[in-house]
Amino acid sequence: MFSNFDLDVIERSLPYLFLEGMKFTASLTLLAMSGGILFGTLLAMMRLSSFRPLWLVASGYVNLMRSLPLVLVIFWLYFLVPWIGQWITGSPRPVQVGAIASSVITFTMFEAAYYCEIMRAGIQSVSRGQVFAGYAIGLNYWQTMRHVVLPQAFRNMMPVLLTQTIILFQDTSLVYVISVTDFLGAASKVAQRDGRLVEMYLFAALIYFIISLAASRYVRTLQARIAIVR
Amino acid sequence: MNYNWNWKIFWAMSPDGQGTYLDMMISGLGWTLATSLLAWAIALAAGSVVGVMRTTTLRAAVRAASVYVEIFRNIPLLVQMFLWYFVLPELVPHDFGIWLKQLGNAAFFNAVLCLGFYTSARVAEQVRAGIQSLPRGQAMAGRALGLTPLQTYRYVLLPEAFRIVLPPLTSEFLNIIKNSSVALTIGLMEVTARARSMQEFSFQVFEAFTAAAVIYLLINVVVVFGMRLLERKVAVPGLIAAGGAGAAT
Repeated sequence: MFSNFDLDVIERSLPYLFLEGMKFTASLTLLAMSGGILFGTLLAMMRLSSFRPLWLVASGYVNLMRSLPLVLVIFWLYFLVPWIGQWITGSPRPVQVGAIASSVITFTMFEAAYYCEIMRAGIQSVSRGQVFAGYAIGLNYWQTMRHVVLPQAFRNMMPVLLTQTIILFQDTSLVYVISVTDFLGAASKVAQRDGRLVEMYLFAALIYFIISLAASRYVRTLQARIAIVR
Repeated sequence: MNYNWNWKIFWAMSPDGQGTYLDMMISGLGWTLATSLLAWAIALAAGSVVGVMRTTTLRAAVRAASVYVEIFRNIPLLVQMFLWYFVLPELVPHDFGIWLKQLGNAAFFNAVLCLGFYTSARVAEQVRAGIQSLPRGQAMAGRALGLTPLQTYRYVLLPEAFRIVLPPLTSEFLNIIKNSSVALTIGLMEVTARARSMQEFSFQVFEAFTAAAVIYLLINVVVVFGMRLLERKVAVPGLIAAGGAGAAT
């Protein structure tokens, strides 16, 4: 069973796996998280807006993204982004974007829909009185949001935002379908080159498991700490 | 945009010799549904057992169930897919591994097992949350009536808990359908894979992916509608507001 288990292949490929693969996985996770939370918050504000067209656009976008599989969205944007680039820049042919930039755009846009729902719950968890108080001391909408509502919403939702980021971290492995070399992609390349599927995939699984488990444990302690403060 | 839209492409014959591109997409829908439904059966069965184990007073059962949930939740679905498809046949006894590899439709069976167990961890968490959201008096009343622990679960706790977690289970069911698209990486010809190969054969990228998106949206609508009917049908008057509005999610 494990008689010809080859640990050496893992050791040999460690620099490649982590310096190339994990570096990309981590950057993609962080970029998509920052972008996703930024756009997600804007979308949440749109979804809570009383101005109907804004509400309609945001709800439509979020519901569409949440009903489609991520794999399909990755393919969609992989082919669509060059055309949008052409449309924006007015160049005569579709703009070459490349799989890496395309995957960053995809994950930002896709995760924005999920972060939006979290931020919407977060904004709604801030009591109405806070908003009224903001207006009463003369702040406008943006100031109230910036200085009163959003800081509290972020604080309340921090554990959920981080949990979503753990899911995002795991989902980034799906860039495999457009042949981007992330951590799993790197493991898979070594596995196929050296014919060591068992070792490489088990090792990849172990690393994902350790990182996700550690992160979710951290979220749990964070949750406990926030619960006491409130 | 100077993209050549050609919606008539769906009536053109596809080079795989099985009929038109439309037939190809429909056959993809069949595989998506078959995979999701079978996997859902596994997820629901295994998830309920593991979820119940986590609420018992047996320390070993709680520990085992927690380990189960953490393993299936903290490894990306795609990696699990590869583990089932590439790694498992190598780890089992040699002859059994050969048999597994030569199995027709190996991608389908692996996808079903992988999705089923992956989702079962999530279902388990929902079932556990449902049971724990019940007042403790429910279990005590069951015991006071003289029911065994098993009977208390069967006749008191689970009927209530499942009604409470029906809305989150609906979204898990939607997730399993969406996640079945990950199985294209091991060669399952479900909807997204069909759209991908249609795009490669015909170069009509956006028609193919629009068709796939429409199929997923339609499945979503049907599932949400069906589950709403189910929620209304099983609602116990006075227990949870009709339509599951008062569910503890």
